[in-house]
Amino acid sequence: MLDTQSDEGYITADGRKIGGVAMEMRNITLRFGGVVAIKDISFDIRWGEIRAIIGPNGAGKSSMLNVISGFYHPQEGEVIYKGYKRPKMKPYQVARQGIARTFQNIALFEGMSVLDNIMTGRMHHMKANMLQQALWWGRASREEDENREQVEKIIDFLEIQHIRKTPVARLPYGLKKRVELARALAAEPSILLLDEPMAGMNVEEKEDMCRFILDVNDEFGTTTVLIEHDMGVVMDLSDRVVVMDYGKKIGDGTPDEVRGNEDVIRAYLGVSHD
Amino acid sequence: MPDNLLFAMEATLNGLTAGVMYALVALGFVLIFKASGIFNFAQGVMALFAALTLVGLQSGQVPFAHLINAIFGTRIHHFGWNMPTLLAIPATVLVMIGLAILVERFILKHLVNQEPIILFMATIGLAYLLEGVGDIMWGAEVKALDVGLPKGMSGAVDDLTFGWFGYGFYIDRLELWAAGIAAILVASLTIFSQYTKQGRALRAVADDHQAALSVGISLRFIWVLTWSIAGIVALVAGIMWGSKSGVQFSLSLIALKALPVLILGGFTSIPGAIVGGLIIGVGEKLFDFYMQPIIGGATENWFAYMLALVFLLFRPQGLFGERIIERV
Repeated sequence: MLDTQSDEGYITADGRKIGGVAMEMRNITLRFGGVVAIKDISFDIRWGEIRAIIGPNGAGKSSMLNVISGFYHPQEGEVIYKGYKRPKMKPYQVARQGIARTFQNIALFEGMSVLDNIMTGRMHHMKANMLQQALWWGRASREEDENREQVEKIIDFLEIQHIRKTPVARLPYGLKKRVELARALAAEPSILLLDEPMAGMNVEEKEDMCRFILDVNDEFGTTTVLIEHDMGVVMDLSDRVVVMDYGKKIGDGTPDEVRGNEDVIRAYLGVSHD
Repeated sequence: MPDNLLFAMEATLNGLTAGVMYALVALGFVLIFKASGIFNFAQGVMALFAALTLVGLQSGQVPFAHLINAIFGTRIHHFGWNMPTLLAIPATVLVMIGLAILVERFILKHLVNQEPIILFMATIGLAYLLEGVGDIMWGAEVKALDVGLPKGMSGAVDDLTFGWFGYGFYIDRLELWAAGIAAILVASLTIFSQYTKQGRALRAVADDHQAALSVGISLRFIWVLTWSIAGIVALVAGIMWGSKSGVQFSLSLIALKALPVLILGGFTSIPGAIVGGLIIGVGEKLFDFYMQPIIGGATENWFAYMLALVFLLFRPQGLFGERIIERV
């Protein structure tokens, strides 16, 4: 049995090293008027792990991701990031702290090329000021080159060289999802948030996406939080799983632990009849 | 060469230069519409306000002089110095940036995620407010604007065409300068938006607000940036129109001439604004030239709108606008 609660972290079954706590959600409650989307939920995310959030439709998974990325502000509870309580922040400020995300319904810049889309991911790695930018002077041009190099690496990594110059609007769904992942990766995020990265994909696209998520985690050690419906995918991919239902947390642990949890089986997997 | 053809060529050239002036105003609309989906009704008034401020600063007028005199019983009107043009233009740019910050702070910030029609109404309000403020600040009389641009007939063009055709074309030097300056403005805007970080951020915000936030772009900063750029474009347009016909409150009406330009070029295309402006400019000069003997003069007043109506019938998205596709 893995000791996933140890302060220093743990070693996974396949030998990857998981570190200490990167982010901790403490007693988060989120309400929209009278509707309680998230009810008093606490869990942590450790450096280097793939953490899944699962649950039936309307369980509050996406709301939770939006709390982490600063799109929603919970009425109660705290977000502890890198050991400090995070003050109320705008989404762009959260992004600049190294938290990148993708969206359930792809949010790419449709009118821009794949390359330009991914370049926007490097926005806060570029430090040249407006004047230098406008005059293409000083660090502006050097930075553009350096960042372009980083972006090319990611393009190679995700095997999208052939569509580099294509306007995003022309791409098929599966590739758009991949470009969105590339843009998030371009930010070299500390924590990567994926909102249903495999929704609406066919089997082949799903397999590709699975491989990329694992490779990214392996290669860059990127801490990944993902929401997913496909149970098989979740159990294969993730190190630990949070299970939500009606805004409450009903399970938390390794895929094996969660699979054996009575509440989880009842709420999400359905009661077995055999 | 027959005289008629020569006259038509001259009219075409004049149309091109006039078209550039229309395009300049339309450009300001396109910039803001692309970045924030707002049809900025105040663009024309911004050009007026920029020109008023420039003249006021140049001639050392005391802003709000009438108001101050009315309240305190003083009789001030001028500081007694003249600001050189090279100083007054950057100062006016600063004023336009200040205006952009105020617009974001007091209007846009409070109307995030509202319907386009509500934002449009807000800009109508802004237009009248700004016109009033401009009036109180600098006075309502017609002012001459001189930033040192040459005026009058271009001798070079006259000589050149006389040498070729035995007939000298009349082209206003001011309009030639306007064309050159507009070309530089458009080229630098294009380079800025294509090859710099902020330009990319600008396009990103124009495309998808949520996604822009998720990569760390501050929407408020980008709005201030867009309105500042639109303010600078308004200043350039204000200088050109002001030098041509004096700075007066009817200047804000040139915004109306930009509407047919936008309908032709599409609301989202910078090249469209340029080409649209040129087509309208040339179209109205040629139409006037050929139709005047038949239906009388003054066709320039309505030709542009008629052309826009025809376009609305056959190509509502304009020449370069994004295709309108209804998905079901």
